[in-house]
Amino acid sequence: MSASHVVIVGGGVTGLSAGWWLARSGVKVTVLDKFIVGWEASGRNGGGASHYASPLFDEEQRMWPQMDELLGYPTEHQKERIIIAMTERQWEQYRFVAERHKRLNHPVELLDTKQVLDAVPLASEECFGGVHYKFGGHANPQRSTQAYAWALQDLGGTIMQHSPVTGFETAGGKVTGVKTANATYGCDAVVVAAGPQIPHLMAQLGVHVPLAAARAEMIITEPAPMMPIGGVDGHKLYGRQTMRGNLAYGGGPHEWIDVDETGLAARPSTPLARNLAKRLAELLPKAAHLNVIRSWAGIIENSPDGRPIIDRLTSPDNVVVASMSSVGFGLSPASGHAIRDLVMDGKCSFADIDIFKLSRFDNLEPDWREKRGWMPIA
Amino acid sequence: MELNFTGTDLCAVNGTRSEPEARYTVVVVGAGPSGIAAAIEAAGSGASVLLVDENPVSGALMGNDTPLYFGGRMTAATQNSERMLEAIFMSLPDLEKAMEAGIELLLGTTAWGVYRNGPGVGSLPEQVVGLADSERSWLVGFDKIVLATGARDLAMAFPGWNQPGVMGAAALQMLLTRYDAFAGRRVLVIGSHDLALETACLAHERGVEVVGLVEVRAKAQGSPALAAKVEALGITIHCGQTIASAKGGIDGVERATLSSGEEIACDTICMAIGLVPSIELVDAMHGPRALNPMRGGYVPAGEPSVSAVGDCAGIPDTGFDHIDYRMEWMQALSAISPDDTIICQCEEVTRADLIGVQPPNYLSRPAPMCGRSLETLLQDGPANQDQIKRLTRSGMGVCQGRRCRDQVAMLLALESGAAFGTIPLATHRAPVRPLPMKIMADWQETAAMDAAWDVWFGIPTAWVPHEDIGTPHEDEHRQMLYTGMYT
Repeated sequence: MSASHVVIVGGGVTGLSAGWWLARSGVKVTVLDKFIVGWEASGRNGGGASHYASPLFDEEQRMWPQMDELLGYPTEHQKERIIIAMTERQWEQYRFVAERHKRLNHPVELLDTKQVLDAVPLASEECFGGVHYKFGGHANPQRSTQAYAWALQDLGGTIMQHSPVTGFETAGGKVTGVKTANATYGCDAVVVAAGPQIPHLMAQLGVHVPLAAARAEMIITEPAPMMPIGGVDGHKLYGRQTMRGNLAYGGGPHEWIDVDETGLAARPSTPLARNLAKRLAELLPKAAHLNVIRSWAGIIENSPDGRPIIDRLTSPDNVVVASMSSVGFGLSPASGHAIRDLVMDGKCSFADIDIFKLSRFDNLEPDWREKRGWMPIA
Repeated sequence: MELNFTGTDLCAVNGTRSEPEARYTVVVVGAGPSGIAAAIEAAGSGASVLLVDENPVSGALMGNDTPLYFGGRMTAATQNSERMLEAIFMSLPDLEKAMEAGIELLLGTTAWGVYRNGPGVGSLPEQVVGLADSERSWLVGFDKIVLATGARDLAMAFPGWNQPGVMGAAALQMLLTRYDAFAGRRVLVIGSHDLALETACLAHERGVEVVGLVEVRAKAQGSPALAAKVEALGITIHCGQTIASAKGGIDGVERATLSSGEEIACDTICMAIGLVPSIELVDAMHGPRALNPMRGGYVPAGEPSVSAVGDCAGIPDTGFDHIDYRMEWMQALSAISPDDTIICQCEEVTRADLIGVQPPNYLSRPAPMCGRSLETLLQDGPANQDQIKRLTRSGMGVCQGRRCRDQVAMLLALESGAAFGTIPLATHRAPVRPLPMKIMADWQETAAMDAAWDVWFGIPTAWVPHEDIGTPHEDEHRQMLYTGMYT
């Protein structure tokens, strides 16, 4: 299909990357966002870009080192990661993952305690060891998301902020227009990449998309001395040292919540910040004196199997739905490419993404959230 | 992979949180006169009351302009915490009364966050306030919290403001009165409203030479009687003027230059343009607040379990529009200072970079980046300080925006031609004071918290490498990484 005007619902990193890829193919793109681009989970996450479990992994790895140049704006992308084990069990688990990388020819190196201390000056003498991923990396979430938005505009695309989508116009088995309070945007194709709002929007098209929203939290410290590799985590934390030196880390238990079609006005953090501080102080004890200066929360959605949904519907047949199931930022250069392919060609050109099809949930039990314990606390 | 669900997500936060260490009917944050009075009143009605105050804060924090804008002009006396404690008791005789009334008093104890259930969070067993001293942090439950957190200094940038000797009026007053620990001798006061006039009189009274006041408007702004008192002391109020720059040496400020070109020798420049109610805790808990220009800025808007007293509820209303006044200062200072004037000291963000929405200087600025600015960003929607913050890093430093938050909002209003009140308040976040990681840490967390801890959701199918799906590796993966999650 050739699509001359694509409307993208949701100015998060997935929707913006899709828009950027489409604009690079000469398509006219309009992105509608309920507030400001990257304002939800896209702009507030760990910034990791090493998603080796995904079929989009190779494309993620291929694209990130080029992104600054292709977008024309800095993303703060940095290469490589070191994962440190602070318990015997973690060491067993991380070595298992390392073995798996070796089997698939992803370059990794096991580090003993001394090697960890050499590579990560803030690390603990108590650590059991580490795994150095000679691939992957991390970037600045808000800066990268804004970079996609700006690059999309530079290619002639339009971004409409403060424009929550209220509904769709359909005709002949296609969506022909996307409605906001003030306007209707005529379109040849639609991408719905609205995170936790996807189920509400897709219900208007008679399509059930099973997603559950949850809240997760992070903390950030004042700048620490720069480590040779900023992509240091482990000890069941995710995060990075920013290029400014701050330590930004998250992890730990999430809270399932309900989010309506407008989203939340605020994303409250909780005393979980203290549990994050404990683990970060254990992981990087030589930074334990540093001040924590902020904490924050973000809202992310998960599908029933925790895997993305990237699919072009059969009816209406010009709609692509895209949820990255809580792991969207790092994979964004690849997810946008896949969405572009589905919109333009009906098929992903670079990877087999059949496991992302919505139809895998056709026989999902109605009480899937209850069964998983994914219900909000009453 | 077959998963048999049990109805329980073992990696969810449900039931993992620590209980508060103590519970009080009323917690009062801030042991100034208003906080002490509120605590005594609550205790009088039979409530159990905890009264906390962050002072004395450590010398290191004071050096970082927390909680007030001390500008590096403290004497070494502020390093002596016993002397500081004594000074607090001496300056607040009612503290003894509070203790006699059975109030639990904790000085040197910071309230760094208030947490409760609401939209987006339902997992807290009860509403709690996070406290910390120099050793550890803990949680305290309460029925009612009274915020008596006072007001903080409004800083505004000019060339040379980022050196020792430029400080705020509230900080100067505290050093002069409570701690007797002011290290300067010759002070130039910026502003002429009541705060500036009172500060000038106080400094003079304490034997500090006040070398003048500077007023952007055509005449002195505060109470005429106070202005007359200042002038009777032989102190000149330089009206229709602004400060153009401060120059100095290794110990900081040595002289100031006014917009008229006049040079004034001084070791301290006291920013006394205004005070901002300290609403960090209210905002970080997403409590209601409203802009009140007559009372110095955003103030708590009131709700049943949270109340504000004293300057936290707003500085006294004398019919003076503080926001208009500050905006006039901002306009004058912006007009006279070069584009490379630092606005955010922590992150070294210049006004040009702020208005240009440029990234920090350790990042490259290719041509498309250089072509972006506040002007281009405004085409996408109204100015939002949090967005500017994330892109430029202004306000992201260790002072937590205490020195630049308000002036960045004013600059955005000025540059975008919008009213100050239309610029959304940049959000405050817990911890509302810099809190060392090892102090913030919950070293006594519950076993349930540890058991529930996974790096990210703990959904086994999410992380099975796609090549392994349908192979024996799939189950190995689950066994190794997700034992105990689902049966």
